[in-house]
Amino acid sequence: MSDQVELAQNALGRAVPATVNGKAQTPFMGVGKFEPHGRKAAPPIHSNKDYPDNGDKRVPDIETALRKCGLSDGMVISSHHHLRDGDKVAMMALEAAARTGVKDLMWFPSASFPSQKGAIELMEKGIIHHIEGSMNGPLGDYCTQGKMRGMGVLRSHGGRYQAVQDGEVHIDIAVIAAPTADFFGNADGSHGKSACGSLGFALADSIYADRVIVVTDNLIPFPCVPWQIQGNNVDCVVEVESIGDPSKIVSGTTQITRSPDRLRIAELTATFLRAAGIMKNGFSFQAGAGGIALAFVQYLKQMMKEDGVKARFVRGGSTKFLVELLQEGLTDYILDGQTFDLDGVKSMANDARHVATSPFTSYNYHGKGNFASLVDAVVLGATEVDVNFNANVVTHSDGRLLHGIGGWQNCLFAGCSILALPSFRDRIPVIVDEVTTMTGPGEMVDVIVTERGIAINPLRTDLLDAVKGTKLPIRPIQDIKAEVEKICGGKPAKPKLGDRPCAVVKWVDGTVLDTVWQVE
Amino acid sequence: MSIVETASSHSGEAGHWGKDIRSDLHVLFEARDSGGIEISLESRVAPYYGAAIQEQARAVLAELGVKHARVAIHDEGALPFTIGARIEAAVRRAGAGLGKRWLPDQHPLPAPSPKERLRRSRLYLPGSEPKYFINAALHGPDAVILDLEDSVHRAEKDAARILVRNTLRAVDFGACERMVRINQLPLGLEDLAEIVGQSPDLILIPKVERPEQVEEVDRMIEEIRTRNGITRPVWIMPILESALGIENAVAIAGASEKVAALTIGLEDYTADLGVAKTAEGRESQYARSRMVNAAHAVGVQAIDSVFGDVGDMDGLRRWGESSRAMGFEGMGCIHPGQIRVIHEAFRPTAAEIAKAQKIVAAFEDAQSKGLAVVSLGSKMIDPPVVQRALKLVKRAEAMGAIS
Repeated sequence: MSDQVELAQNALGRAVPATVNGKAQTPFMGVGKFEPHGRKAAPPIHSNKDYPDNGDKRVPDIETALRKCGLSDGMVISSHHHLRDGDKVAMMALEAAARTGVKDLMWFPSASFPSQKGAIELMEKGIIHHIEGSMNGPLGDYCTQGKMRGMGVLRSHGGRYQAVQDGEVHIDIAVIAAPTADFFGNADGSHGKSACGSLGFALADSIYADRVIVVTDNLIPFPCVPWQIQGNNVDCVVEVESIGDPSKIVSGTTQITRSPDRLRIAELTATFLRAAGIMKNGFSFQAGAGGIALAFVQYLKQMMKEDGVKARFVRGGSTKFLVELLQEGLTDYILDGQTFDLDGVKSMANDARHVATSPFTSYNYHGKGNFASLVDAVVLGATEVDVNFNANVVTHSDGRLLHGIGGWQNCLFAGCSILALPSFRDRIPVIVDEVTTMTGPGEMVDVIVTERGIAINPLRTDLLDAVKGTKLPIRPIQDIKAEVEKICGGKPAKPKLGDRPCAVVKWVDGTVLDTVWQVE
Repeated sequence: MSIVETASSHSGEAGHWGKDIRSDLHVLFEARDSGGIEISLESRVAPYYGAAIQEQARAVLAELGVKHARVAIHDEGALPFTIGARIEAAVRRAGAGLGKRWLPDQHPLPAPSPKERLRRSRLYLPGSEPKYFINAALHGPDAVILDLEDSVHRAEKDAARILVRNTLRAVDFGACERMVRINQLPLGLEDLAEIVGQSPDLILIPKVERPEQVEEVDRMIEEIRTRNGITRPVWIMPILESALGIENAVAIAGASEKVAALTIGLEDYTADLGVAKTAEGRESQYARSRMVNAAHAVGVQAIDSVFGDVGDMDGLRRWGESSRAMGFEGMGCIHPGQIRVIHEAFRPTAAEIAKAQKIVAAFEDAQSKGLAVVSLGSKMIDPPVVQRALKLVKRAEAMGAIS
């Protein structure tokens, strides 16, 4: 890690590095203030003459594929998290790279998982220089302890697409795990023993990387249909025994919370949407796979039935609970970014109304619009929110990396963005004076739902008016905060953070929103 | 959960810790002759509240008169009222701090509880599980019961008593009536000594068979109220859990002016009879009817037992509806999810309310005209019908079923 880092102040007053891993940065300027210039990045022009006429791009193993793709020191290798904690391909690729003797790679995963903690050893050995992508668990600690040579860069799913498309990150070699593929490189995620649903996270890489390797454990004769990844972008196809551990790729069942307090939060959230008039015919919503979000879907479903309301579309992360909405005619479509359980995977494979989407269609901010901003309401979580509605999802209150950003930042563009969370966890208040790490600017967060009441962002006078006169427990955010501090025995002590940046949080437009500091 | 025994007369431990424990802590206290207070702390909230926990621990020990001791605390995010209770329990188990106690800040008490208040639902909270206390009122039961009896292990009675005392003082239970179920007498008297000073609204006495038991509790409550200058009422709800208790129901209900309601414990009752407890409850039909009758004979509320299957909401609803039809005014809950169903089951139907309102209107009309006879259309309404209608409208108003 570089010791002397020049800092700049961004529009939210947060100190952020002026350069990250040798590249000049733009500090966050405010939502919608940054004006991008220039043209999109592009891979080099290739020619069919260099690829077999019969379309068979198979090579015996990943190491051969990497060599064929010209792997050399300092390159950027990307991987994806559609197999989640069950993924074996990223580590296979990084270890194969290690065997070739390369050094100083930048690993660019769409997200990393605890099962990939082997990357620490590769960083210790100098094979990986640093990681740009979400880090948590052991990898997160490695980063926040200041042990990584470069700086971590945390991007939203949309931000990752934007960074690749805009040329901020140039991928030399993309390694794509494919639950089904043909020898030409067409690949699909919704079939095969390691089926995971959508391969959307790999889309940008397949288009913009110099070289693309598809790794599959279910090679079928051409054509692989549907081709979520187009073989025309693929250099090599590698067949392996197994790309992942199916039990960790999707959960057999996703669990609704059983905590009465969290159920109350979920029900209040659904009741809010109904009372505010957002839940109406033709509306749309998105909710993740967390316990509160799943319970929210169940409560909302009941209310939709009672009121005879049908959604036009819902956005996944899909689960059995969204699939049931589709099957019971309560929504016309599921537009799905990733699939969390077996019911979701089956539904995507068999039901044309359950559509795989990508960070390009859903989340990319440097495009001509995206789906996330078309959604009427989104229900999200957070680690902390502050009295100005700023929210933190990436670090614990003590500054250690906890979560990736995922689609969280991108979803804030929905018509009504709701953070549904308990007002304190153990003894730690969730509503604070100032968030430890800024992940979402307060102007983008509309509603906070806790078990002790609902706080509406004062900027949203329309929402305040919409629920006026209802029985909902609408309270000023300072009120809820004061009550919780009384329960917890005063304000929590401020975490002791160091003064060395070890990672940055990017906003959806590529500007730097905040810094993750080394933890003492 | 680990059960903690006193290690020796000079050391004591209390509370729980571990991966699955939340909002609690474990305290190991060792008295010593010199060297002052030495505290070691491990806490999942250490970066935020480590200093506050240390400071509180010292304040508690000072209040208990402890000057020299080694204290090891494993904290799982406990709130201050729990931290104080566990330290005090550990100190007492070590035979120190006798006659002294540490009390958390007093949360403003709710309005005193009227004898005839609505008691549709009372949510049981195990007295040694602090994690359930803080949010209990958010689920809107009419009452919470801090339980010192069956949900607390024999070896934990002393510690639970202190925890419940602090809870009554520090936790905001909103509009809920704050009830405590004490242990069977005579152990229950020790519970009373610890908790009555904190103004619980109602004491449940388990396994009451004779009126003398109620009288004994009444005397002790009165003594503590007088000594502490407590003017708020402390009501009593005897729990009848045996054939003898049921047979003595009238005498028990009339044993004290403090008795606000009778309730029944069906697990013990059916065990006493040696019969199986069924979902339909035919085996306890007589006992429940007799208890309802006794309660009404003396003019107190009849409150039903709990419904044990928290997953069966339809069964709960059926039980609650038949319970209301028999003359019960409420029942117990063992899970917050049961509260809403119980409130719906005990709510008069819209037709019942409309009819009662018509009768009440006719009654008021007759009153204003100075007529003794109330009539509705061509029908004369008997006085008991009027009385029932007045009562139903009043209850429906209290439930918010009529604005």
